Amino acid sequence: MTIFHFISAFFSDSAHWHGYDGIPTRLVEHIEYSLIALGIAGAVGLPVGLLTGHYGRGGNALALLATAARALPSFGLLVLLFVLMGLSKLPVLIPLVVLAIPPILVTTYEAVRTVDPAPVDAARGMGMHQAKVLFQVELPVALPLILSGLRSAAIQVVSTATIAAYVSFGGVGRYIVDGLYQRNYEKVVGGATLVAALALATLGLFWLMSRFAVSRGVRGVRRP
Amino acid sequence: MNGFFDMPSDLQHSYVGLIGLHLQEALLPVAIGLVLALPVAQLCVRFKWLYPPVLWATTVLYAIPSLAFFVVLIDYTGQTETTVVIPLALYSLVVLVPAIVDGVRSVSPETNAAAVAMGIGPVRRYLQVELPIAVPAIFAGLRVATVSSISLVSVGALIGNQGALGNLLADANLYHRPILAVSSVVTTAVLAILADAALVLIRMLLTPWLPKSARRARRGAGGPAGPDANGDAGDKAGGLPAGGTLGDGTTDVRPTAGSAL
Repeated sequence: MTIFHFISAFFSDSAHWHGYDGIPTRLVEHIEYSLIALGIAGAVGLPVGLLTGHYGRGGNALALLATAARALPSFGLLVLLFVLMGLSKLPVLIPLVVLAIPPILVTTYEAVRTVDPAPVDAARGMGMHQAKVLFQVELPVALPLILSGLRSAAIQVVSTATIAAYVSFGGVGRYIVDGLYQRNYEKVVGGATLVAALALATLGLFWLMSRFAVSRGVRGVRRP
Repeated sequence: MNGFFDMPSDLQHSYVGLIGLHLQEALLPVAIGLVLALPVAQLCVRFKWLYPPVLWATTVLYAIPSLAFFVVLIDYTGQTETTVVIPLALYSLVVLVPAIVDGVRSVSPETNAAAVAMGIGPVRRYLQVELPIAVPAIFAGLRVATVSSISLVSVGALIGNQGALGNLLADANLYHRPILAVSSVVTTAVLAILADAALVLIRMLLTPWLPKSARRARRGAGGPAGPDANGDAGDKAGGLPAGGTLGDGTTDVRPTAGSAL
């Protein structure tokens, strides 16, 4: 019960809704950083993943990358770059991007590579050239998996951005880190609630996206 | 490399001691997760209607950042090791349940029928037929759970020095000694890779019947067979997909270590 008491106390305190340390500001910060990191990672990972998947090359290198990415402790990487580069946003954005690229890249590669070869062959037989095959056949079929890779990356970025409050980052994680230092448990729990809500909202957003972006045929829904 | 192995005295552990603590905090949750996941997965296999809601619950649970979990637990278990172990055990459970369900489901009906015809009862069939055949899938899940658990323990440093090797990060920050952070990151990564390799080795010993290229075997066995497992990575691991499309159109990607190594 105490937890809910703390949560309601945090959210009903009007002081938490205004100013640079207010919930709206922190939420916007958090989303802004996450979007920047995800945008950069997507700009790098998606084209490379699509191309390597289309030509079916580089799988071993990508598997190696995935293993390495899984082994690297994200929190450690954050603190390491922060200690090396000092106080600014850059040492926090770099690890976020580095963390987000492998899931996007590897999933996109795997998604495009494992597309059923029959329609791809049919498309080639119809005289489609490489780009058309990739964008009109392989991409729509691979889209659900590609989106789930993006979702992995997005959730990873959102949660790591929380931890990043430990090293100068704004965002919702500030409440948790500051609250722990100030022994203000109400703030800590409020921050944790916001973070969890943000992660779940990301999950929901991607669910909606896959609902609308993925074609019906691929989803396996029968035509009306 | 000066100072790589010299631990600040406030950590009250030597380098090796920290590694031991880290492994304990990381592997205990995986063990707990496995013990809990086996019956849950069996229930999901038995009662098919149970699996989709369980899958949803695991996806949602896995999305919640570890730090949020930790701090909420502080109220109940204090700033102790238990606070780190509980969420990590939950994450392991979440990764392992779909892996085990997929593995057990990948047992071909003929094999089961043969076992039944030989007069093998349900319990023995589970232990001697279904589980051994599910070993590759279970180990794929175990690898993901173990590696991400090892990496996540470090976050425990944020809730009052419960992060084992992660505590070095806090000290690196505090004393402005980057070498400590390097030591922490490198050691954690090496630990994760070694644990991963050890699991691969154990899997190979347990499944002498698998062909050398285990990757193809697994792909054939548990690939896009049905509504597949999930798991995406909070601050946890990301990896190769081995997913299928869920009935309602959402696709889940399991960061299963299928093709790595």
